[in-house]
Amino acid sequence: MSAAAEERRARAPWALTAPALMLFVGVLLIPLAMTVMLSFHDWGQYKGIEPVFILKNWHEIATDPYYAEMFWRTFRIAMLTTLLTALLGAPEAYILNRMSGRWKSFFLLVILGPLLISVVARTLGWALLFGGNNGLVNKLLMSLGVISSPIPFMFTETGMVIALAHVMMPFMVLSVWAALQRLDPQIENAAMSLGAGPATIIRRIIMPQIMPGVLSGAIIVFSLSASAFATPAIIGGRRLKVAATLAYDEFLNTLNWPLGAAVATLLLVALVLIVVGSNVLIERRYAEVFR
Amino acid sequence: MAYLELDRVAKQFGAQTVVDDFSLAVGKGEFISFLGPSGCGKTTTLQMIAGFLDPTRGAIRLEDKDLTAIHPAKRGLGIVFQSYALFPHMTAAENVAFGLEMRNVPRTERAERVRAALAMVGLAGFEDRHPRRMSGGQQQRVALARALVIKPSVLLLDEPLSNLDAKLREEMQIELRQIQRTIGTTTILVTHDQNEAMSLSDRIVVMSQGRIEQIGSPQETYEKPASAFVSQFLGKTNDFAAAVDRSATSARVTAGSWSAPAPAGLSGAVTVSIRPERIGFGDAGLSAKIVTRIFQGNHWLFQCDSECGPAIVIRQNDGKAQPTEGETVRLTWRPEDMSVRARAVA
Repeated sequence: MSAAAEERRARAPWALTAPALMLFVGVLLIPLAMTVMLSFHDWGQYKGIEPVFILKNWHEIATDPYYAEMFWRTFRIAMLTTLLTALLGAPEAYILNRMSGRWKSFFLLVILGPLLISVVARTLGWALLFGGNNGLVNKLLMSLGVISSPIPFMFTETGMVIALAHVMMPFMVLSVWAALQRLDPQIENAAMSLGAGPATIIRRIIMPQIMPGVLSGAIIVFSLSASAFATPAIIGGRRLKVAATLAYDEFLNTLNWPLGAAVATLLLVALVLIVVGSNVLIERRYAEVFR
Repeated sequence: MAYLELDRVAKQFGAQTVVDDFSLAVGKGEFISFLGPSGCGKTTTLQMIAGFLDPTRGAIRLEDKDLTAIHPAKRGLGIVFQSYALFPHMTAAENVAFGLEMRNVPRTERAERVRAALAMVGLAGFEDRHPRRMSGGQQQRVALARALVIKPSVLLLDEPLSNLDAKLREEMQIELRQIQRTIGTTTILVTHDQNEAMSLSDRIVVMSQGRIEQIGSPQETYEKPASAFVSQFLGKTNDFAAAVDRSATSARVTAGSWSAPAPAGLSGAVTVSIRPERIGFGDAGLSAKIVTRIFQGNHWLFQCDSECGPAIVIRQNDGKAQPTEGETVRLTWRPEDMSVRARAVA
């Protein structure tokens, strides 16, 4: 082969991936880099954004307990949501997997159905049911005399966790479902023939094998919950801000773009660290199951 | 007295009868094979013994105790699955130890028995390997050790060798037979491979469409097939349309230009079937033309076009000259080598 032809061959992969690469750089990397840059700029009520390099925003986030509280709340809500989806989603997927053909596809559709509805509509549904004195469920329970005052749901962390868990459930169920598909269909019979009861089979045989599925589902749910905007904005409102709603407010209400950018960047970095870190841990721990 | 007894066992799924009227008495220490094509009900029968399925009718007894009343986890049977169904998150030793753990065997005894079981199947030193890091044959051995370590009253093998390649399968057959002989566990093997059934078992249960066609030793089922199905399924066979004539003083059976004194019983239209290796080339007999001649090392395989339809003949490669393709030959056999069945005339 001639040198020129060889050079052409070497360039081919680059040429072929160039369009996608340019799109990626154009709509993701450049805006991301600009956001990071923005977080180091200065801002004032009257002077607006000044393109200088200062650590003012980062210093403010690091020292003001207001921000620590907000990030801590974001972490807590995402963590509880993840826990709730795992506790409900894993058994749900297991039961689903044991159903016979027609019921299985029906309930799979029921589980995936919420994904077809906008997050805003779904969250507003919760607000309609539990929103103060006029919420449907609250009204009903109060008229029946079960409760004397509305169930505290709106503007509570509990409400946010429940609504988020509802939104995130399909991701957990699908992830565990995928892990269950890899199970040997005879594995429960094998354990039973060796003398294991139903509880032992779940604990010793099924759980360890679907754990990677639960954990990868947890990573998806955690990162989506931590960066969720619509649900915390509707349920939590201004009273219970999380990192995403905080960044939004800095950008669009206070118009302090640099501070908003710093919040957004910190959220991104924290998420990347948590997700990559736990992924490494999981892969090391479950090396044998993943093979 | 029978050790394991199946008494008119039947299984229905909805309107479909998968196993019907299955009666079998297994002696202690016996090696039995359920042989039949896929869908004949052999695996269903095994699963009923294991307890994964409940029989619709009939009884299964082990040492005169009703086995169907006992929960599968308490039956104490050892089972090797077609897919092995090893626990992928446990090492080989942990897999084998699982059944002992469920029986609360003390730790030191457990370790000793696991080591011995793995050594028995030739896997000493593989204790800490995970199943997915083992070859198919090694996984098979772990599955066998896991089933045997609990000292099962009956060992059930569900097509255990079908996922192995031919050479390994043969090795495992020999090894399986040796292990079974040594420890004397009553064993039931489900297989669709007639060679496997014949080389391993004391008795073969040939099944077709949920029913038992024949129960007998490998030699019996091969040489005295009870039905056309058995003779077709166990090895190759030649079926020729023939007739028994009892009008003369000595009754004769005739197929084309081949003829011999007829056995007692049948008369009129019959089918005679003869194994290919029992047919020889002679001066008189069924006239046939050799279509193809295939050399297979220790024997020759001839495909012939005879007066009574296609025929196959197998001859030992004994160094003598063999007829060539296109040659016209006479096929002959001893009357005692054939089995004669009545034939419905259309």
